[in-house]
Amino acid sequence: MKKSPWVFHVNTGACNNCDIEILDLLAPKFDVERFGIKLVGSPRHADALLVTGVVTAQAAPRLREIYRQTAKPCVVFAIGACACDTGIFYSGYHVVGPVDKIIKEIDPNAIIAYVPGCPPKPEAMIAGVVKALSTL
Amino acid sequence: MTNVAWNLFWIVVFPGFLFTSLLGLVASWVVRKVSALVQWRVGPPVMQPFYDVAKLLGKEILVPEDARKGVFMAAPLIGMAGVLLLSTVLWRTAIAQSAFLGDVIVVMYLMVVPSLALILGGSASASPHAAIGTSREMKLVIGYELPLVLALVVVILKAGGQLNLAMLAQQTPVYSISGMVAFLTSVLCVQAKLGLVPFDIAESETEIASGILMEYSGALLAVWKMMQAMMLVALPLFLVTVFLGGFGTTGWALAWGIGKYVLVLVLLILIKNTNPRVRIDQAMRFFWTYCSGALVIAIILAAIGSRYGIQWL
Repeated sequence: MKKSPWVFHVNTGACNNCDIEILDLLAPKFDVERFGIKLVGSPRHADALLVTGVVTAQAAPRLREIYRQTAKPCVVFAIGACACDTGIFYSGYHVVGPVDKIIKEIDPNAIIAYVPGCPPKPEAMIAGVVKALSTL
Repeated sequence: MTNVAWNLFWIVVFPGFLFTSLLGLVASWVVRKVSALVQWRVGPPVMQPFYDVAKLLGKEILVPEDARKGVFMAAPLIGMAGVLLLSTVLWRTAIAQSAFLGDVIVVMYLMVVPSLALILGGSASASPHAAIGTSREMKLVIGYELPLVLALVVVILKAGGQLNLAMLAQQTPVYSISGMVAFLTSVLCVQAKLGLVPFDIAESETEIASGILMEYSGALLAVWKMMQAMMLVALPLFLVTVFLGGFGTTGWALAWGIGKYVLVLVLLILIKNTNPRVRIDQAMRFFWTYCSGALVIAIILAAIGSRYGIQWL
């Protein structure tokens, strides 16, 4: 799993900045396929969920469902300030929590890695992925 | 050793499972690496497909609640068995020249087995995306089988009505007009059989989230990936055997055979990287009107050529 993490991208109410940075990672400049990282179309194939955005009330049940559908073992990456601790939207009426709170509701032993930044640079994401995978 | 033991050895070890799957994983690395080079990227290391399969084997297998469990689990194995037999028959022809009458027809049937297994698995997995993928795969099979059979008819006509793979491998039909047409159209059919880009309609990741394979995870997905890797060996080998004069067994003939295989593989990869995905109706129209139309003309040319002994027609 260290050598071929396949990632699935989940947007739970992000402003699209983090998503654009994730797409930068997969494009030729950073070319994460060198490390075997591949974007897949189905959570069943994924080893890592890249979650961006504060979790909104609408998105929370979907995030739980996607986490249940992912084949274990898997890692959850909270990408960006919002996903890590809801960022500047902490008092929003529609915000039900940072990503780790929602995931831990259904699986207390889930492996969660945090990449802060608004948005985090692609280099920061690579560093985060490397650190998270080296602790496994 | 007895005959049975030899047969098992052929199927399991040498041209069969072990050899084909190892070669197939290397071939799937070649696909990813060449695609990366076309896009000015570096691409994955050689061992990447092996890491992928090893990782998938160690993961959890999720079976959807509404799925037909037996069929869902059996479909990847059926597909794998089909490719295994196909590749064994083709390699035995290439290496030992051992063939039997009518094996061309057996090979034609074996080549459909992986697609049938995909349809079976997709429809058993109770997912709307997989259902769309399944219906597209069915239409695609109907589309490309006709030109492929017509292309084989051209080759068989040029060989004077031989239905034997080893005899077909003796000649090189591409050096004639009708043979060239047949070769080019069957390269496109093989592209569709492999599910590579202009015809990856059944598995399109961006619209139906990998379609047929959507609900598969863990070891079952690994079997599908191995099956696709083995098809990367078997189908170009089929083209080499039928159209390009086959493999030799010694020295330069063997090297030239490997060269032809790599040539066909790179041709497939370049088509993959330079074309956008087509819609299913466009694919059907392409295969039925243009490919089949060209092949009907090629069959007439081949018939005239073999009647009057004109080699280049």
